[in-house]
Amino acid sequence: MKFLKTLAAGVALAAGLATTAFAADPLKVGFIYVGPVGDLGWSYEHDQGRLAVEEALGDKVETSYVESVPEGADAERVITQMALSGHKLIFTTSFGYMDPTLNVAAKFPDVKFEHATGYKRSDNVSTYSGRFYEGRTVLGHLAGHMTETNTIGYIASFPIPEVVRGINSAYLAAKAVNPDVKFKIIWVFTWFDPGKEADAANALIEQGADVIMQHTDSPAAMTIAEEKGIFAFGQASDMKQFGPNARLSSIIDNWGPYYVARAKAVLDGTWTSQDTWDGIAPGMTKIGEFSDKIPAEVRASAQKIADDIAAGNMHSFTGPINKQDGSAWLAAGETADDGTLLGMNFYVEGIEGDLPQ
Amino acid sequence: MFQLEKRPQPSRFWIGVTPILAVIATMIAGGALFWALGKDPLASIRMIFYDPIFGEFAFYYRSQILTKAGPLILIAIGLSVGFRAGIWNIGAEGQYIMGAIFGAAVGLAAFPVEGWYIFPAMVVAGALGGWVWAMIPAILKNRFGTNEILVSLMLVYVAQHVLSSASLGLLKNPEGYGFPGSRNLQQYESAANLELFAGTGIHWGVMAALMAVIAAYVFMTRHILGFQVKLTGQSPRAAMFGGVIPARIVVFCLGLSGALAGLAGLFEVSGPAGQITIDFASGYGFTAIIVAFLGRLHPIGILLAGLLMALTYIGGNVAEQQAGLPSAAIQAFQGMLLFFLLALDVLSNFRLRRTKRERA
Amino acid sequence: MDFSAINPVSLIATLIIASTPILLAAIGELVVEKSGVLNLGVEGMMIVGAITGFAISVETGSPWLGLVAAAAGGAGMALIFGILTQYFLSNQVATGLALTLFGLGLSALIGQSYTGIKPPAFPKLDIPELTAIPYVGKILLNHDFLVYLSIALVLGVWWFLNYSRRGLTLRAVGENHEAAHALGYHVTRIRLGAILFGGACGGLGGAYLSLVRVPQWTEGMTAGAGWIALALVVFASWKPWRLILGAYLFGGVSILQLNLQAVGVNIPVAYLSMAPYIVTILVLVIMSGDRTNAPASLGRIFHASH
Repeated sequence: MKFLKTLAAGVALAAGLATTAFAADPLKVGFIYVGPVGDLGWSYEHDQGRLAVEEALGDKVETSYVESVPEGADAERVITQMALSGHKLIFTTSFGYMDPTLNVAAKFPDVKFEHATGYKRSDNVSTYSGRFYEGRTVLGHLAGHMTETNTIGYIASFPIPEVVRGINSAYLAAKAVNPDVKFKIIWVFTWFDPGKEADAANALIEQGADVIMQHTDSPAAMTIAEEKGIFAFGQASDMKQFGPNARLSSIIDNWGPYYVARAKAVLDGTWTSQDTWDGIAPGMTKIGEFSDKIPAEVRASAQKIADDIAAGNMHSFTGPINKQDGSAWLAAGETADDGTLLGMNFYVEGIEGDLPQ
Repeated sequence: MFQLEKRPQPSRFWIGVTPILAVIATMIAGGALFWALGKDPLASIRMIFYDPIFGEFAFYYRSQILTKAGPLILIAIGLSVGFRAGIWNIGAEGQYIMGAIFGAAVGLAAFPVEGWYIFPAMVVAGALGGWVWAMIPAILKNRFGTNEILVSLMLVYVAQHVLSSASLGLLKNPEGYGFPGSRNLQQYESAANLELFAGTGIHWGVMAALMAVIAAYVFMTRHILGFQVKLTGQSPRAAMFGGVIPARIVVFCLGLSGALAGLAGLFEVSGPAGQITIDFASGYGFTAIIVAFLGRLHPIGILLAGLLMALTYIGGNVAEQQAGLPSAAIQAFQGMLLFFLLALDVLSNFRLRRTKRERA
Repeated sequence: MDFSAINPVSLIATLIIASTPILLAAIGELVVEKSGVLNLGVEGMMIVGAITGFAISVETGSPWLGLVAAAAGGAGMALIFGILTQYFLSNQVATGLALTLFGLGLSALIGQSYTGIKPPAFPKLDIPELTAIPYVGKILLNHDFLVYLSIALVLGVWWFLNYSRRGLTLRAVGENHEAAHALGYHVTRIRLGAILFGGACGGLGGAYLSLVRVPQWTEGMTAGAGWIALALVVFASWKPWRLILGAYLFGGVSILQLNLQAVGVNIPVAYLSMAPYIVTILVLVIMSGDRTNAPASLGRIFHASH
């Protein structure tokens, strides 16, 4: 009896496989988010990217997502579950998923993985990230113009190169238009904690900041800025509804085009493992609409910066620039190479305070 | 009117039956909760309880249940000894973290040397880390009479910050492009805590948990110290008259639970988690408290309760992915399970009796 | 490093705001513990209050109704605890922990559809003439309703416990429930009342977090505030006035840490963030010499057997 059962199952399986080979099954694309889609920041924009894939490719794809997945062992399980349940392209959207993604990729060689903001690749794992620092240059330029107290508050999450790049590029741009500008930086050691971010925003405002920049995921700082009547920038998403008066502009992560391109590559069979680091030019980093509160000539100059960066005429880190301790880093006209930027762990000259180590 | 009448001895029948009743009651209440959220209750319950053991990908889930249950059982065994004596170690999470940090530090310091002695050294360091962290509330309790619940709890938050600091500084991977997090121990052969039998999810942590269950059973039923622990919990005065020194019991219980929690942390960081990161700690220390109570503070009970909790976690992951059920639903579920168990527990200690209301 | 950038007046005003949620939760827990019950589920009650208040506030458009709902939500959670510990005679530590776990899960479930929504704002007491009074104006007279309510509650509880008949009865129950029962007091009912009050206060504390501080709803947003409140009660030796001191101390250290960072102080951030918890432990050690104030029946199960 058992033998017959197994035989029957085997036949059914074979038949099933045969039929699926003929039918054009939609490509199952999975997304793993580190936060809730409702954070209206980082994870929200990734989900927008997912929706773009659905819209562009219609019934050739079937997308699904799991949100608020903690990094670590749990992540590995969720990614494995996705791979087991037939997803052939999986996007893991946080740095901390790096090793779990690679572990699962090793066990499922026919599944393609895309890991955001990581640096390890393999035959079926690609990495991608945005040159957010290019956007910071534009925002820093705006902040430098719009501040009246010459104090800009910066809410930073973790002292990783990505965040340090953002601080440095914003500072350089602000200083270029306003030599007296000072940055006050608070490290909150979290990506998403509205309470802490609000407290940090309040502390910065109390110490005289009238423009707030953030590298954290919630709209808390924007809400506080609105309440206190100062300026702020949206991070990862526009955040206009939280700060109709406060919001000057924003950096919007625009993952859609990249996600659609990669999904198409899997469908075409042209997918290969690669590293993508795109900024303003390919549209991955979008600058949000400039607020009316910004004077027309500043809006024009900011737009010019954005266009210059996009055209390749300008680089966010162009010498002469020294490191914070005074040692020379970039000579006049020299631009920073990607390698240094990837591992950036120092402040540029002029920023006060120490980088937490 | 009903009245509760204390039983002379706890009823063994009810002690065995209440956990099963509690599970059934939770399934019903949980199903109702899911239905209120607009999810199919039967499918959700099936995904949580049935699929991980018998479902389509059960071969993978079953191993994950063991991997997840390992640390829970290990910590809970340690906690149960203390709880029996009335010593409430609520800070197991902090001891777990410190054990992981100490153990990982030893491993990372030894890198890239390979040798059979490295992993045992890490194990010792892990136990030591947890033990040291638990000694703080123990000493404060003995010396100053400070409440161990609050001290051990505050130390959890301190430990979390130490973990943050270590991931960003002391233990940071020098080849990691400046990103927080230590080297991945899974890739360092002498330090890795990999599966002992492929595909089963059993790593040294799971083995340690099993050994702890057996050791605890023997200890509590045969060893004089186990008897003293139980006596201290039931009646501190009788214990003192019996020659038990309360300070020693405090040190022993907190030390044991701290060491076991530290061990669990070490096995986890060198195994499933792989590296020291800022959010390495996932709440096992607190869940283990629930497991201890679910298991009635008895080693075999804890073994079963640990497996059950692990099942709900894994099942929750399944439901999360297939039904879009939020991960938080499982926490509510586990809370309900404990509520029902605590409520039904009254039947094992008390008898329900109908009384006529006295008319004055 | 420019310490003059830290404005002491603003600092005190901000720390009052930061301390209010734990003060609210702690004053409730103080009453509960005075009656002899140890409710470790403060975190659960706070967060359920936070989401209930937020949800009702958003649905009805009135933050005041939200407050009422928050108190009701917290009290509802406390009711579960009360029934289990007073009528089903369950272990208080385990029940409190289960309450925390359940509360965190339930609130996250309810809150799923409320992430990212902005609730109606709370009016702040904003009389320009009063605010203009130097120092005192900004520190004391420019806050929102809940801050003043928290102070009023502390005052009320102090008066209740020390000067009213019912308060005396409650303390008696906490000191020796057998004797109180023998005297004819309804121990279970008194304790249940205290538990419900504690739940309502915890709910209000949570509502402050979700409706005033940011305001926003996030899963797990209480971030340990409930546990801090528990420590505060011990810190205050179960005396209401000391509670305010403790709450402001704790809130102050957390806020100070952020301000010091902004000024550029070189102490590693991790140590600054740890400071509030270590200070609490130190204070606990110092205070625990003074054990005479703990209600003698704290945590013991009462069962009328006659």
